[in-house]
Parts: sequence; structure tokens; C-alpha cells
Amino acid sequence: MPADTLSKVFAALADPTRRDMVARLSVADATVNQLAEPYGMTLQAIYKHLRVLEEAGVVSRAGGPQPRPVHLEAGSLDPMDEWIERYRRQAAERYQRLDRVLAEMNEEHPR
Amino acid sequence: MTTVEADPVVPIIRISRDFQATPGQLLRAHTDPELFARWIGPDSLRTRIEQWDARTGGSYRYVSVRDGAEFAFHGCFHEIRPDRIVQTFTYAGSPDQVLLETLRFDDLGGGRTRLRTQSLVESFEVRDAWLKSGMETGVDEGYAKLERMLTDDTV
Repeated sequence: MPADTLSKVFAALADPTRRDMVARLSVADATVNQLAEPYGMTLQAIYKHLRVLEEAGVVSRAGGPQPRPVHLEAGSLDPMDEWIERYRRQAAERYQRLDRVLAEMNEEHPR
Repeated sequence: MTTVEADPVVPIIRISRDFQATPGQLLRAHTDPELFARWIGPDSLRTRIEQWDARTGGSYRYVSVRDGAEFAFHGCFHEIRPDRIVQTFTYAGSPDQVLLETLRFDDLGGGRTRLRTQSLVESFEVRDAWLKSGMETGVDEGYAKLERMLTDDTV
């Protein structure tokens, strides 16, 4: 996945309303009206958030007559998870080396 | 267990890990250059400390070497105290980028300490590049080794 696509996903999730939408869509698809309900925002503002999520590939809407439910593209979040997981493994390896250094310090200067 | 979190609101990476050591020992492992050089780099790299003044207001520079290729890193120790280190970090290959790192040593009692690091960069793009660099190193280190690491890292 190109870095700019990942940046779009990160940016799309940088907004608390959009994160909340994603969390709700992870439970079930929803229409725009259903999505808008808890936020006290204009439909126009909701569509704006949806457009950001759509452009990042995080959500999609089927073509066809209204109302078209919004669907979470769960797979779109995987590459980010994968990057973080690899980064985590690298940190885990570093800290295992630190474990060994700390263990040797214990032997030299018992607590 | 090492946990990593990429903050969705600000370009920060957080890492947390518990150690069988006191806060004082962890502080020493981060401020004593000989100890630091033994654990900071990937296994495939050798770390050479070029300059080291681990005091509030001091600075550091070290070089990681692999097959003749050198990767230099430098920064300033903004503040060092028993429970916290605040420092900057720059990879010489990207001299315009600076990470602001805060390391916290939380005493858990019973000779255990939680190390929490927080790295702030200037933009989400830069943070993504850091996350990606973690991926590239991971690939270099080899899949078998990663597997072993995953199973071993159960502390």
C-alpha cells in the first residue's frame, strides 16, 4: 500500500466524529440519516465526513436508490495495523536486548 | 508484552513495556553509553557511541554500522531525572526531522518498572514514514527471527 494511501487513512481517523462513525459501522451498516442521528450536525456536515472516509477507502456506499447504506471496508484498516505490528516487533526485539542487559546489571549489583 | 499505539489525533507513537528492573536500573541502561550501545540497535547492527553527555542540557551522537554502511543518530538530552528522560532524536539521513521523545519509568513495585515512551513528530506523513521504517527493518531481520521474538516476548 502506498504511503499516501496510509496517510489518508490516518488523516480520516484523526477526527473524533469519524472515528465514532467507524466504530458504529463496525457493528452494522447504517444509512446516512442513522449515522447522523447522535451528532447534532447538519446532514451536509455528515456528508463531508463521509466523503473523507470514502476517499480514504475506509467506507463505501452501494450505488442504487436511496437510502444507500454506508458500509465499513474493514480491510482498509489492515495495512495500518500491519505497519504498527511490524514496528511493535522491532521495539519488542530491542526491549529483549534491554532485558538481557538489565539481567546482567542485576548479577553485578544484586538489589 | 510490548504495546505500540499510533495516536489518531496527534502524530505520536507510544510504546509501553514492563521490565524486571528498578527505575534506577532502567535509567542507567539509558544513560550509561556502554550499556546503551549493547541494546539499542537491531541485532544486525553494531552501535558505536561517538559523543555522549547524558545530563540535562547534554547531547549524544551514535553510529550504527552494518556491512560498512553507517547510520548516524544524534539529539539532545532536554531533561534527565530519576523517573523521566526527555530528549530529541534525529536520523542524520533525514536531518530536517526531529522526534521529541519522552521516556517514563513507572515504578510498579516488587522490582518491576513500566517503560513508557512517547515520540512526537511534526506531521502524520513523517510518523507514517517512521512506522514504515519499522516494517523495513523487520523485513531485513528475517521472518524466522520475528517469529522467535514474538514467542519469546511474553514478559
